[in-house]
Amino acid sequence: MSAATLREISLTLPMLPDMEIAASKTVTALAEYMEMSPDRIDEVRMAVLEACINAFEHSRSEEGKVLLTFSVLGTAAEPEKLRIRIEDSGVGFDPSEVVEPNIQDKLKAKSKRGWGLKIIRSLMDEVDIHSNSSGTTVIMTKYRADRGE
Amino acid sequence: MAEMLKVTTENRDGLAVVYTEGYINNQGGEEIARIAYQLIEAGHKSVLLNLAGTKIVNSIGISILIEIIEKMLEIEGRLAFCSLTPTIEKTFHIMGLAQYASIYPDEATAAQALVS
Repeated sequence: MSAATLREISLTLPMLPDMEIAASKTVTALAEYMEMSPDRIDEVRMAVLEACINAFEHSRSEEGKVLLTFSVLGTAAEPEKLRIRIEDSGVGFDPSEVVEPNIQDKLKAKSKRGWGLKIIRSLMDEVDIHSNSSGTTVIMTKYRADRGE
Repeated sequence: MAEMLKVTTENRDGLAVVYTEGYINNQGGEEIARIAYQLIEAGHKSVLLNLAGTKIVNSIGISILIEIIEKMLEIEGRLAFCSLTPTIEKTFHIMGLAQYASIYPDEATAAQALVS
């Protein structure tokens, strides 16, 4: 049976300090509904915080808003995964040009920042980034349970 | 929107322990750094950050913790962490902080290692 959308929530956040907390609370509620483990919920929450902060800090969106869509996918008997879509209408970027940060370089560098994408990719099961001069969409997925469990 | 991070310190048999309560974001990281630099100025070479009261952090806040690690390396001191949530500990490993700052499960274990 193919996965259906069991629940979907959309949220539009203004790009203001600490608004990422609202996204984190929403995703926590949905993940709890799916009976995801507390550690996996924490990982999704952290990834959502980072994705929002990336949009707030780097998108240079004139609109000043981020649209988030949280979807629970699976069957009625078993929610399988949580998909989160984060869209901004900023200037876009080329993900292939983002240099992966490492601690040795950061310790010597004036700016210690630039970890968001690395954290997102490490904590989520799937991450897709689509970006052009009209904006960026990050689609990230976390399965309810570790697929090795 | 988020409550300000609360930061307190205690001297435990010569070990400076910094306790946090709340979200470590940009402002929270700056507050920890302010306190840590005060402790360094006061002569402490080992500082333990007990994050039992922190359930969420962001990478901007952690970047400021990297600045504290850099300062500690300059003075040949030690910054250590204890009582992290599994996700915060995993994130510290992802970012490589664990290569330069020890992570302990709890304060008693950390104190035993840092004071001896």
